[in-house]
Amino acid sequence: MISELGHVALLLALALSCVQALVPLVGAQRGDARMMAVGSSTALGVFVFVSLAFAALTYAYLVSDFSVRNVWENSHSQKPFLFKFTGVWGNHEGSMLLWVGILTLFSALVALFGNNLPAQLKANVLAIQGWIATTFLLFVTLTSNPFERLFPAPFEGRDLNPILQDIGLAIHPPMLYLGYVGFSVAFSFAIAALISGRIDAAWARWVRPWTLTAWLFLTLGISMGSYWAYYELGWGGWWFWDPVENASFMPWLFGTALLHSAVVMEKRNALKIWTILLAILTFSMSLLGTFLVRSGVLTSVHTFASDPSRGVFILMILLLFIGGGLALFALRAGTLKQGGIFAPISREGALVLNNVLLTTAATTVLIGTLYPLALEALTGEKISVGPPYFNLTFGPLMLPLLLAMPFGPFLAWKRGDLKAVMQRLSWVLALAFVGLLTTFAVQTKTSIAAPFGVAAAVWLIFGALAELVDRARFFRVPLKTAFSRLFGLPRSAWGTTLAHAGMGITLLGIVGVSVYEREAVAVKQPGDTIELSGYTVTLEGIRPNSGPNYTEQVADLTVRRGGTVVAVLSPSKRLYQARNFPTTEAGIKTFGASQLYATLGDFDDKGGVVVRIYDKPLVLFIWIGTLFMGAGGVVSLTDRRLRVGAPKRAKPHAAAVPAE
Amino acid sequence: MKKLLLIFLACLFLTPVLAVEPDEVLADPAMEARARDLSTEVRCMVCQNQSIDDSDAPLAKDLRVLVRERIVAGDTNDEVLTFLVARYGEFVLLKPRFTLANAFLWIAPIGVLLIGGFIAFFAFRSRRGQNPEEKPLTEAEHEALKKILSPDA
Repeated sequence: MISELGHVALLLALALSCVQALVPLVGAQRGDARMMAVGSSTALGVFVFVSLAFAALTYAYLVSDFSVRNVWENSHSQKPFLFKFTGVWGNHEGSMLLWVGILTLFSALVALFGNNLPAQLKANVLAIQGWIATTFLLFVTLTSNPFERLFPAPFEGRDLNPILQDIGLAIHPPMLYLGYVGFSVAFSFAIAALISGRIDAAWARWVRPWTLTAWLFLTLGISMGSYWAYYELGWGGWWFWDPVENASFMPWLFGTALLHSAVVMEKRNALKIWTILLAILTFSMSLLGTFLVRSGVLTSVHTFASDPSRGVFILMILLLFIGGGLALFALRAGTLKQGGIFAPISREGALVLNNVLLTTAATTVLIGTLYPLALEALTGEKISVGPPYFNLTFGPLMLPLLLAMPFGPFLAWKRGDLKAVMQRLSWVLALAFVGLLTTFAVQTKTSIAAPFGVAAAVWLIFGALAELVDRARFFRVPLKTAFSRLFGLPRSAWGTTLAHAGMGITLLGIVGVSVYEREAVAVKQPGDTIELSGYTVTLEGIRPNSGPNYTEQVADLTVRRGGTVVAVLSPSKRLYQARNFPTTEAGIKTFGASQLYATLGDFDDKGGVVVRIYDKPLVLFIWIGTLFMGAGGVVSLTDRRLRVGAPKRAKPHAAAVPAE
Repeated sequence: MKKLLLIFLACLFLTPVLAVEPDEVLADPAMEARARDLSTEVRCMVCQNQSIDDSDAPLAKDLRVLVRERIVAGDTNDEVLTFLVARYGEFVLLKPRFTLANAFLWIAPIGVLLIGGFIAFFAFRSRRGQNPEEKPLTEAEHEALKKILSPDA
């Protein structure tokens, strides 16, 4: 009964979103205020109905209603409560429902918080959101109905893929979708601007918080997925250049470029056409990602089931929005007026460089991801494009970007003075040089790349901090004044610093683990030891254990350093009974930002087992850096400037700051 | 995390073994290091997008052993790869060779960068002439400015 209600709610959402797609659009054309107002109420209505549908599916999962085919296929009565809940989106139908749910959430947020938008712009934006929602609701109801019934109802479900039975499933997909789908708002704003032919700095100011929100979630979503892969997979890789990873990385690269070009547009009214194009491209990449993952073109952990009809359907949605968006852009971009002139060496110029490099990098990833598919479709020839290709092409593009990054915030708008900036950054350069020499001196393995990598990371981290230090005028005004200036700086400046420094921290982790990782692998009997990077690891024994829906063999490893026990690792090999599916669980111990990582291989007939130990120096910095980036996004979002319509501050800001 | 199910698909026999097993390792560390480097460029054919260095599929193990055999037999890295391509086709290489069919793949990143650079360069050049900062203020503007700047305004 509840499932039928969920299905009805889904159909009502579809009907209502058709209204949302059409009425406000016509209203905006005619200047009819009542028709335009329909946009807000329908957007809220669609969100409520999709939420009800989602709640109905969740209920079916929580009570293990196996008469619903989707629940039967992906759940089990013995599954822990958390995974019954997260299992709702651990399958194709449920994850598409989550996708649509988040899309309608964003529409509802625009409806609620967009009161200060011009009525026409708001109506157009909500109508475009309505178009996207309609096509995806059609997709769900026609090809991926999560409420399909089974008769007679089976007694037991087929369980969720054990690899997905992890806290990661609770965090990674919702975060990723908030990012992916969040870019729809920027897309809708861009299309709305093209429809009305009007675009100005105010437009950029409205778009920026939405883009920033989406970017922030996408950053954390990708990072979380990476950490999940790292600890779940059993060999401790953190990025594989897998097509599905690339699918989420491309919108991130375009979105990052968009974030920066929107700054230029807001502050200087320049790069308008380019910003519009980027907004369209970013969401296009989200749609492409959805297509690649959901259509079954690629087979991976994310493609829960492949059904060609679904692929064709999403491809049509893809063509409609990407093709339509770009066609509209081609037709209307000429009507937008360019503004704001600047010299190549200027803040704008730096942001243009950022955009050129980021979009080239994104295009490289795009080509590398799609090329094998295209080549096979056209010639039947099968080739592979894997990590070595991306490392060779993407890496060199990132290098100038990272080196130039600290300069950007220091350069003045319109025309900057590179020499003066270099002087202000000289102490950072000196620090980077110290980092280089120190790494050379202390490194345990001879590497040329690593010291330069460390130097680049130091350059990024302190280069970002240098901006705050400089703006607060430390060492030039009394310390107290400098501190009060520091806290009086706009939140967006703090956001920039946090995000840029985060990039440096991530780089440090990447350098550390790529160059200095060590591994030891051997067949061990209980009582045997392995030596690795100064640690002595003893296999104490192997014992059986069982969890709610699995049995496992756990190896107890005692880690000693200089005779004292510093860690006990318990890697295991599990067997999930429902699917007869084996997994390996890593045993991980963190030392500062480094980790000791142990996994088990096969057991032999003499009571031995393959033990694999990795020493991963600084590996945690990879994800800690992304947390800094995310924090930068949050802090920047709280900037008064972005809270459009926030009343002006009553008293002049930071009274302690002397007039300049 | 993208690889999770890839493994699952690769290992339909449901026997997860970890990559590079102890019995495969060559006695000569230099040769073993070469084998590891080469392994990261060779695709496990039954996997989605894994190198034989990462994969736990039985085929990956066979390929790892094969790579090591060729190295011990005195092949150079290129010869090993050529040998593998002759046997399994271009699909086995994770880093495609520069051939006519793959030329676009390798040229595109540089091409896009150059195009982007050109567009930016010409956008700067074509608009340099119209820089308003270089125009002196008119008499009326001077008057207006004076009015704004005067303290008693």
